[in-house]
Amino acid sequence: MRQALWTLATLVSHWRRHPANLATLLIGLAIATALWSGVQALNEQARKSYDRAAAVFGTGGARSLVSTRGGLFPQDLYVRLRLAGWKVSPVLEGTVRIGANSFRLIGVEPLTLPHETQLARIRDDSGIDSFLKSPWRTIVSPETLLDLGEADGATPVTASGQRLPPLKALANAPPGLLIVDIGVAQVLLERPERLSRLIMNERLGAAAPPLAVTGDALRLAEPEEEQDLARLTDSFHLNLTAFGLLAYLVGLFIVHASFGLAFEQRLPMVRNMRAVGVSARTLIAAMFCELSMLALIAGSAGMACGYLIAAALLPDVAASLEGLYGAQVAGRLALDATWWIAGLGMAALGALAAAAGGLFKAFHLPVLSVAQPFAWREAQQKHMRRQAVFAGFGFAASLAALLYGKSLYAGFILIAGVLLGAAPLLPLALAGALWLGEKSATGTVTRWFWADSRQQLPGLSLALMALLLALATNVGVGTMVEGFRKTFTQWLDQRLAAEVYFEAASDPDARRIEAWLEKRPEVEAILPVWKAKIRLEGRPVDVIGLRPHETYRAHFPMLSAAEAAWDSVRRGGAVLVSEQLAQRLHLELGAMVDIPTSGDHWRAEVVGVYPDYGNPKGQLRVDLDSLVQHWPDVQRTSYSLRVAPNAVSGLIGALQAEFGPKIARIIDQAALKKLSTSIFERTFAVTAALNTLTLLVSAIALLASLLTLSNLRLAQLAPVWAVGVTRRRLSELELLRILFFAAATAALALPLGLVLAWCLVAVVNVQAFGWRLPFYVFPGQWAQIFALALLTALVASIAPIVRLARTAPADLLKVFANER
Amino acid sequence: MHHESLNLIIQPGTKAPPACTALSPLLRVVGLKKTYATPQGPLAVLKGVDLSLNAGSSLALMGESGSGKSTLLHLIAGLDEADDGEIWLNGVLVTALSDFERAALRRETLGVVFQQFNLIPSLTTGDNIAFQARIAGRFDPAWQDELICRLGLKNLTDRYPEQLSVGQQQRVAIGRAFATRPRLLLADEPTGNLDEASGDDVLQLALELVAATGCAFLMVTHSARLAAKLEQQVHLSSGVLAKP
Repeated sequence: MRQALWTLATLVSHWRRHPANLATLLIGLAIATALWSGVQALNEQARKSYDRAAAVFGTGGARSLVSTRGGLFPQDLYVRLRLAGWKVSPVLEGTVRIGANSFRLIGVEPLTLPHETQLARIRDDSGIDSFLKSPWRTIVSPETLLDLGEADGATPVTASGQRLPPLKALANAPPGLLIVDIGVAQVLLERPERLSRLIMNERLGAAAPPLAVTGDALRLAEPEEEQDLARLTDSFHLNLTAFGLLAYLVGLFIVHASFGLAFEQRLPMVRNMRAVGVSARTLIAAMFCELSMLALIAGSAGMACGYLIAAALLPDVAASLEGLYGAQVAGRLALDATWWIAGLGMAALGALAAAAGGLFKAFHLPVLSVAQPFAWREAQQKHMRRQAVFAGFGFAASLAALLYGKSLYAGFILIAGVLLGAAPLLPLALAGALWLGEKSATGTVTRWFWADSRQQLPGLSLALMALLLALATNVGVGTMVEGFRKTFTQWLDQRLAAEVYFEAASDPDARRIEAWLEKRPEVEAILPVWKAKIRLEGRPVDVIGLRPHETYRAHFPMLSAAEAAWDSVRRGGAVLVSEQLAQRLHLELGAMVDIPTSGDHWRAEVVGVYPDYGNPKGQLRVDLDSLVQHWPDVQRTSYSLRVAPNAVSGLIGALQAEFGPKIARIIDQAALKKLSTSIFERTFAVTAALNTLTLLVSAIALLASLLTLSNLRLAQLAPVWAVGVTRRRLSELELLRILFFAAATAALALPLGLVLAWCLVAVVNVQAFGWRLPFYVFPGQWAQIFALALLTALVASIAPIVRLARTAPADLLKVFANER
Repeated sequence: MHHESLNLIIQPGTKAPPACTALSPLLRVVGLKKTYATPQGPLAVLKGVDLSLNAGSSLALMGESGSGKSTLLHLIAGLDEADDGEIWLNGVLVTALSDFERAALRRETLGVVFQQFNLIPSLTTGDNIAFQARIAGRFDPAWQDELICRLGLKNLTDRYPEQLSVGQQQRVAIGRAFATRPRLLLADEPTGNLDEASGDDVLQLALELVAATGCAFLMVTHSARLAAKLEQQVHLSSGVLAKP
């Protein structure tokens, strides 16, 4: 023990003399941990919110009765069921807007709520009287209270001018929800005598829908429908995780480079300790202990940074999830001990993985050859051969994933294989370029420059690999995002051809509005967009009924279509399928698809496949008459309107004045495009942030290596200085060398990034979201990345080069005096 | 877990050790052989070396470059493994010890001084001297102070090795070797990097400490002049020892 402690103290003394190296090691590990744990915090926060939302009406097994036609149903059905002895509890759900935010409002009837529902527990906590009696209560989670910007007891006013009952925050309330008494909800949502679901009491064993009492007005919603949100968002979170993992790996390159170079510096110390009697076991134990301490310190700092990163990105992630999936994610981070422990575990694991080679070498270190230089450089040829073999394995794994993989995980294996296969080839390519440079050089200093650069390559190769990965990721993700933006914008322009979109509050309201619109001269076409919800192979699918109008024929974007597809749709018996649904069900033009209807099955031919970017659900587009025929009770409330452009705002104003609350939602084309684009931008804001952070990590990796190497550089530069090359000239050559390495790395990163972009658009996107994007290239972006690489190298090399330029002649002379 | 005391690390099954008494040698080397593989084929460096050294006595080991002097010293120190033969040190069969046990032998029984000083660059002079004694559990502050005084390092204990002259660095190395009061001091050309005056000075200090502690001293050297300052001299040639 004593021996181990002194050995540990001696090992640690190295860092006291080399604080910059220690700092880079800690920063590398902290950043790797921060990016990984930050992403995990976002995922955990979102999943926790889904779980809480899914558990609102039950704990895994509760079922509800919902309208067969979708939407709301009369309260009278509830009364009839209760009178018939059915233990059901009414719920009304809707959305209210308060300030700039939307909140889901749920009205419940606490006396009849089944005991196993989460809402029942909320009832118990708050006290039933205050919830049921005037002035009532609005139960919210503490996060929602903060989002509202209100204190307990406040009574915020909704956008429609309704005042909420006093707020009451409860820790176990689901985030993003406002829970009120059902009667209050009906007033706030302006839905008198209407309900959205009836929760069934499972303990009383209601196994089948009570058809005898309610006819076919209600259907049983299976509990798994509540889990759709988690399933739909899986790909989103998996993509985030993949990005976090990539950043983590790039961070580990820093740790590996720093630890490897520190090991090189400490080699004489380690051999001395072995020579005076420190056993290999003790040495390894002490190094392991040192590593654990570093992991703990850096890991803790990384977790704190991860928390801050997650807190900064959470609003964008939450907005993306709400925009894409309608998921409510609490806007305030609440993380438990598991997250902290897992994060520290990742830091320890990363440190161990990065240092494993050093520990292995230390254990097998021959005690003799005390004054020999470190074998890394001598063994470089062997090392490069091993790297080439490793690269081969990486590419083989990629190829296997591409040929045989059919899942998102296979997509990630493809990308990981390409990146990890390409990274070890970088030193080989750079060594080749330097060899050519050396061969073609004529001047003495130039020849030395190339030869010396080759000598630096082993020490810098890890950092350059990290830079390669970061740059390639930037090119790949940047190409994908820009390509997506271009495609999305064009698609949006085509898809949103109508000028106005609105949804009526109910079917009768819709009929009245439609009749009113038919008399308006500025309305060129009324295009119903009615929607039935079905499940195909266990997944939710929307069936959209539309009238094949000239607008669609002229504008509706298609990926592939049979001849006269719209005419086939119009005749019935044919459908258009969204790309993601076609991908999932392997549907091609001419294929027949069995669609479950409210009565039976409808077998229709696929006559077109259309892009439906951003929609996590599958979609079928059918003729309106076919929709009504197969789903007679379909909700008929949504419309788009063709209107003369200069009459849009006037028409919207007139509609609102005429019908008021009978119009649930109305929006013009420009606002809808703006909304869609903002969801897109916020989704990729997270990607952009992680992209930038990854590049920052690679800059730190380069800085770490340069700082560590600068200590070793004096012995190599002093002889050149001694024969007459000035310190200024040496510094210039050092800068030139780093810029050459960065430029060469960037040149290799560009094709690698394009391969990565192809993998993302052609494989990962298809597996994750079901759509394949056209592949665009953006040469302007390449120039930016190239400049960014040079800037990264410049920033990373400033400190070591200034240090070299300022090295006192006395320090350079020491190289000879000490006979290092 | 192995016990760190050398008295307990003799492996069962080894030959019965000769008792280490006033009459028996502290160090006994019997038929020691060592061959290195080279690109040109095996190179036999030691072809059956026999050697003994009593407690408190000193021996200079001389020979041409490449004659195997350092190899012999490394084998005695347990830094390398012999192909054949036995090394008995203080009653322990060194050649039968594991790497872990040889490490314990080095820190508790031996002091080793190299030509290249081999100090730990991140430790101060004082900590370098104390290092081996601390890991061996034999740190004695009074003895450390005395050593520092004798070696003329009193005002240099807070300096790092790179801030010392080469002569001062070698004194620190000698101080580290003596800090544990070793039974045997092994020195591999300790004055090889020093000028004549500094070399004489360092050797004189080492000999004084050898006399003060009563340890045995085995020094590898090229210099007949320095070798003459030790009690015995042997010459290693063609893989075997001979009197000069």
